[in-house]
Amino acid sequence: MSVMKGEWVQIHMVVLQPEERSDRLPEETSSVPLEMWAKGFLLNEEARLGDSVEIETEIGRRLQGSLSAVNPGYTHSFGAPIPELLQAGRQLRSLLREAKT
Amino acid sequence: MSRPTDSGQTKYQRLMQRKGEIIRKAVGIDYQQFESGSVAFDYEEMMRSVGYSLDEIRSIQAETGVGGTPLLELKNVTALARRYAGPGKGARVFLKDEAANPSGSFKARRAAVSVYHAQRLGFKGVIAATSGNYGAAVASQAAMRGLDCIVVQECYDSRGVGQPEIVEKGRKCEAYGAEVLQLSVGPELFYVFLQLLEETGYFNASLYTPFGIAGIETLGAELSEQMRERTGADPDAVVVTNAGGGNLTGTARGMHKSGVELGGGPEGSGLIAASVNLEGLNMAGDRQFNRKSFTTGHTGFGIPFAVFPDRSDVPRSAGRPLRYMDRYVTVQQGEVFYMTEALARLEGLERGPAGNIALAAAFALAQEMDRDQTLVVQETEYTGAGKHVQPQLDFARQNGIEISLGDPRGEIAGESIVLPEDPGLITARELDLEQLSRSYVKRSQQLMKEQGKTARNDSADIRFLAAETRRSEAWVRAALKELE
Repeated sequence: MSVMKGEWVQIHMVVLQPEERSDRLPEETSSVPLEMWAKGFLLNEEARLGDSVEIETEIGRRLQGSLSAVNPGYTHSFGAPIPELLQAGRQLRSLLREAKT
Repeated sequence: MSRPTDSGQTKYQRLMQRKGEIIRKAVGIDYQQFESGSVAFDYEEMMRSVGYSLDEIRSIQAETGVGGTPLLELKNVTALARRYAGPGKGARVFLKDEAANPSGSFKARRAAVSVYHAQRLGFKGVIAATSGNYGAAVASQAAMRGLDCIVVQECYDSRGVGQPEIVEKGRKCEAYGAEVLQLSVGPELFYVFLQLLEETGYFNASLYTPFGIAGIETLGAELSEQMRERTGADPDAVVVTNAGGGNLTGTARGMHKSGVELGGGPEGSGLIAASVNLEGLNMAGDRQFNRKSFTTGHTGFGIPFAVFPDRSDVPRSAGRPLRYMDRYVTVQQGEVFYMTEALARLEGLERGPAGNIALAAAFALAQEMDRDQTLVVQETEYTGAGKHVQPQLDFARQNGIEISLGDPRGEIAGESIVLPEDPGLITARELDLEQLSRSYVKRSQQLMKEQGKTARNDSADIRFLAAETRRSEAWVRAALKELE
């Protein structure tokens, strides 16, 4: 997929390789790189996912990284109901009724 | 294990060495003027000379619509607590509804003063390193004052999975026009933060500067005034969610400034810190990162910052919680989620889970107190997609955390969340403040050793350590002797 100049994109960067990281980390963290993601408008004329590109962020700074997403959205939600919590909610109401009588 | 360069140091180590100089430029404070050359420094002088007065802060905050939040009486929560309390017990519970601030939390108070100060000093932009409500608060205040804003947040594990709560807070920062840099897990977020300060020359809107802490003093003052107006008396107890210690410090200072003397009163009274118990989880663990359901207000911040406040992003933190807390209690994740549900169901108030840590503790603490006493839960925060009890529990379940109804005492952080099968099971578990004070002294002694210094028996260090831990100089001397 071709991405054109001016599109809102996300880039990915490796800030520190595992061997460059702080000495005081648990193994599960020290064995992976420190990564960073940023969003902005694509400055390259045309690019493909994975290409090394430059973006201009919301506040006008220029950053370089590999193109990781186009028009990145938000997918977080209110999630699925938690049956145990629904049960707790009903119990609370009935306990309050008892407490008030 | 880090790969050395020509100078024998990694780029990480080289940048960290310039930390002091970078921070000095980025907050405009020369911390050395308050230093004694050893562990002691003049905290009150720092707060006086660099901060703002209570009246100045009120007017700074009024410029951007911060503060003046409602104080609500939680009559149904009180009624439920009294159902479990002994005869004559069960204090009236009040709540300071901080979600009513522009960015949806009390953090707007801190950000209002930091961003005002940055603008006054002529900075073009502000940077905040936070995954939480503070980033949104700084972004919101920067938008109002026309400053650029960068927020650096620890967001994803190495699989690229982020907790819904953190993702939502990142979205909120972007909504206010901030550039949000999202990082994978690790304390080197601070490295990125320093690099940014150096590159941009922006202001470090740290949570721990004197301005940031002074911003919360209005919260302490307001709640005292509102309680007097409502009940004719000062509150008997105030419960504060505790992480980095700034919230508790600022609230205590504001209450003192408005003439409230907490502590030393009847049993159960005073300024009470509350944190979620995350014992056993490593905060820097890539895989453990997504196994906790609270990203703030937990013991992983609360305890280390209490015993070593200067671990923050400024040389001397203005948040020094051990100076002010009368008690420190913990609650379980399941108890906070349960009370979040209770606040919605019984009081018609849907508020974000992390802000309800103090509420969960208050439900238990009110039962110890007399019926004619009052207790204030000092904050709420906004709620929404991701940052809400349902998506957070759903995410936990998807990550293999077992969720059940039962006795919260059986909850194991990172493995299970136990919602109380009956609210009578909610407990505020006491932390030993003397033990924390001892840890504080031990840490200070290590620092002095690293710097080739020792605390002399009659030195300013002893007086400082006594003030820091709210203990006598004799106690400090004994603690130091014990360590030798």
